[in-house]
Amino acid sequence: MTTPAVTDRPAGALRGGRLPRWFPLAVVAASIVVAVAIGLGAGLHSTVQWGLIAALLAVGGTYAVAARVEGRRQARDRVATSLVWVCFLVAVIPLASLIWATLRRGVKVLDGYFLTHSMAGVADTEPGGGVYHALLGTLEQVGLATVIAVPVGVLTAVYLVEYGRGGLARAVTFFVDVMTGIPSIVAGLFVLSFWILILKMGYSGFAGSLALAILMMPVVVRSTEEMLKLVPRELREASLALGVPKWRTILKVVLPTSLGGIVTGVMLSIARVTGETAPVLLLVWGTNFINANPFSDPQASLPLFIYQQYANSAGAGAAYDRAWAAALTLIAFVMILNLVARGIARFTAPTTGR
Amino acid sequence: MSKRIDVSGLTAYYGAHKAIEDISMTIEPRTVTAFIGPSGCGKSTFLRTLNRMHEVTPGGRVEGKVLLDGEDLYGPGVDPVAVRRQVGMVFQRPNPFPTMSVFDNVAAGLRLNGVRKKSDLSDIVEKSLKGANLWNEVKDRLDKPGAGLSGGQQQRLCIARAIAVEPEVLLMDEPCSALDPISTLAVEDLIGELKERFTIVIVTHNMQQAARVSDRTAFFNLAGVGRPGRLIEIDDTERIFSNPSVQATEDYISGRFG
Amino acid sequence: MQTSTQHTDPASTLTAPDRAAARPDARGVMRPGDRVFLGLSRGAGILLLVIMAAIAVFLTYRAVLAISKDDGNFLTTFEWNTGVLPAKFGIAVLAFGTLVSSVVAMALAVPVAVGIALFLTHYAPRRLAGPIAYVIDLLAAVPSIVYGLWGALVLVPHLNGLYGWLDTVLGWTGVLSWQGGAPRSLLTVGILLAIMILPIITNVSREVFRQVPRMHEEAALALGATRWEVVRMAVLPFGRSGVISASMLGLGRALGETMAVATVLSPTFDIQASLLDPGGGTFAQNIASKFNEATEFGQDALIASGLVLFVITLLVNGAARLIINRRSEYSGAHA
Repeated sequence: MTTPAVTDRPAGALRGGRLPRWFPLAVVAASIVVAVAIGLGAGLHSTVQWGLIAALLAVGGTYAVAARVEGRRQARDRVATSLVWVCFLVAVIPLASLIWATLRRGVKVLDGYFLTHSMAGVADTEPGGGVYHALLGTLEQVGLATVIAVPVGVLTAVYLVEYGRGGLARAVTFFVDVMTGIPSIVAGLFVLSFWILILKMGYSGFAGSLALAILMMPVVVRSTEEMLKLVPRELREASLALGVPKWRTILKVVLPTSLGGIVTGVMLSIARVTGETAPVLLLVWGTNFINANPFSDPQASLPLFIYQQYANSAGAGAAYDRAWAAALTLIAFVMILNLVARGIARFTAPTTGR
Repeated sequence: MSKRIDVSGLTAYYGAHKAIEDISMTIEPRTVTAFIGPSGCGKSTFLRTLNRMHEVTPGGRVEGKVLLDGEDLYGPGVDPVAVRRQVGMVFQRPNPFPTMSVFDNVAAGLRLNGVRKKSDLSDIVEKSLKGANLWNEVKDRLDKPGAGLSGGQQQRLCIARAIAVEPEVLLMDEPCSALDPISTLAVEDLIGELKERFTIVIVTHNMQQAARVSDRTAFFNLAGVGRPGRLIEIDDTERIFSNPSVQATEDYISGRFG
Repeated sequence: MQTSTQHTDPASTLTAPDRAAARPDARGVMRPGDRVFLGLSRGAGILLLVIMAAIAVFLTYRAVLAISKDDGNFLTTFEWNTGVLPAKFGIAVLAFGTLVSSVVAMALAVPVAVGIALFLTHYAPRRLAGPIAYVIDLLAAVPSIVYGLWGALVLVPHLNGLYGWLDTVLGWTGVLSWQGGAPRSLLTVGILLAIMILPIITNVSREVFRQVPRMHEEAALALGATRWEVVRMAVLPFGRSGVISASMLGLGRALGETMAVATVLSPTFDIQASLLDPGGGTFAQNIASKFNEATEFGQDALIASGLVLFVITLLVNGAARLIINRRSEYSGAHA
């Protein structure tokens, strides 16, 4: 494998010029060295530029050498391979940086005190304070949204899978899909126009829950629908053949069989709306104090807390620290929900007949 | 236009599982060689080692030698892409590219090899479709999707696509198992014509088919449950079906086999 | 993510007989329990339709209240003045900013996402592909406000070098010139949005590429195609409509993204000639930034701009869904 450059290739020969296996690594190493040299020489400060130059050199160098030794087709194949790798690396860097920054800056003030105290009496620019009020608000708002959205979502899915036919079912299916794409701020504006401007109900955690519920419903419908479809037909028929009414069959056979999958879907949808900021900004308003009653007066919320600490602090380090710590709390919450949901999905998969 | 294949000591694996073990045989140019044997005995696996398609399967690995006119397909520095260019393949289920027209399907391999001129392409496409006995049926709809043809036509389209690049050897993996009897007959006739130009190796489950189309027949069998497949014997087709030298072959052919 | 891709699965086409078998006998007598249950579940479905209709109706109602008192032209006015009457406001700047940032995001994200999807399905070592796909799935769940915080505090400072370089090399175009302000411009917004929509486009594309029938890839390989040629002949043509709809889903997200834009952009209510100079705004960002100080009339005006955003995302998502549905019929016919 290590003998490159057999250039005279008779027609129909199996053996073309082949570059050695270490060739891609060598090109990458050489490109990085040259890029750093160019970067230092030309006085470029940004490591982003160094990376871009190295990537360009690697792709170009691969093509030049491979085209010479292996022919154009192989060269193109190698360039495609290196471009695909570059794509992957280009995407990994910002995403890794996001996780790293949140972890590193988030742990600074994240401790027991931070999680159990509110911002009452703490100015935005001062150190101290915590997210207890925001955590409480988020849990209440998301909890209420779940209570509203899950029954509607599950029943709609049952309708679509067990009864649905004709125009109504098609319309519901289509609009559930479309509803998945509603921007969260539009859901917020809707509740604003209807609940606050027309019914004059005032800002509260519950108003936020209404908007979050609208965002949750289509996700719950979709995932529940998929799970119900996995329930084998024989199971339903077996129950119906015993003379069990259809509604009891659904309640006692179909839903329990797919329960694991439905719970997974619900948890993923909770994870999704927990991070929503825009509707909360419009409807819950935010406060520095603990308000345990979601039905009256503004509440705080975790994502909103992050935004306000960032936006209202005029660059004060203490507020940024709190924002990062709250971001870490939020990510941890969402990730735990995701991991547990996927765990449940894996654990219960065999019973859904997959 | 056709080459001789010498296989010696060939063993193929799927990961840790040994699928076929220590196979040696010679395949003469311009003959049809049929591989028969019970399901799972490794005939298709062996066929796929002859153009290095086996290693495309995850975990696929090959030991031993396959010489194409003396040149080892698995030798150092050999480009599998070049191997497949010389050893064409037709699959069990017809697999024309669904997004391409009849014309583009046949021209696909040519375009890969740098044939760009429209007139050259049309010439070779016509020649290949004629070679596959398909020209008269599709000449008016060359620009229609290849997937719109009937199953038998699709399979002959795939054969036309394979022979368009003028390979040395044509491998066929149960090419008729998804076809109706009439289409099967058409493909079998075609095989008889193609052997004038190519070395053909065909895997089949159908013993009548092996008897009809092949010059030589190789019988494969499992060495036991969970054991790798082996070549039991290879001989002239006539001999295999009338007077095989191994008892197991006779049992299989006469249907006395489990 | 899963939910948006699963119904392209060929398995979902198997449900028709399921439904047929599960249907109640329409001519038979219905038990009271069945009637209640059917009523409840159908009611839930109808409620969803009612909500969609209500969103359209209430937004339109409040929007009309605002637009009828608009002294400027709602579509072309370059101002957003709702504090004092006569009010003058229009969405021209917002439409421009939303369009530009989304186009930048798509131009950056779609090729990279397709590249990653190919990487995961056809290039990466198998042991690596599984965990990476899992991590990308999780990244799709990171809340947008966290992306916003990271964008404002980490990404923006890192872009100075890139901006200077773009200005030197491509400044002559005018579109990419830079006057040296903080890089809180529409280009930065586009870059951040690209990073945010990367996971969803990657996930959906990967799902589509994974469904490419093995036999089509083998057909190309057997003709002597290199790996890249296999991708071009068999994988990309098969996955094209899937990638288009994945991109539309990503576009829907980018159009409606609020907090990430609000944290990163320094908004002004005008259109900058250069993508690199701070300024401009998007529909969602404008609503979030102006909401706190808005009077009730100002809120109505913001609702009017939200209605436009709603209609745009409705069209984009509807189109994406239609493409997906057509595709699953097509692949079902060939399964």
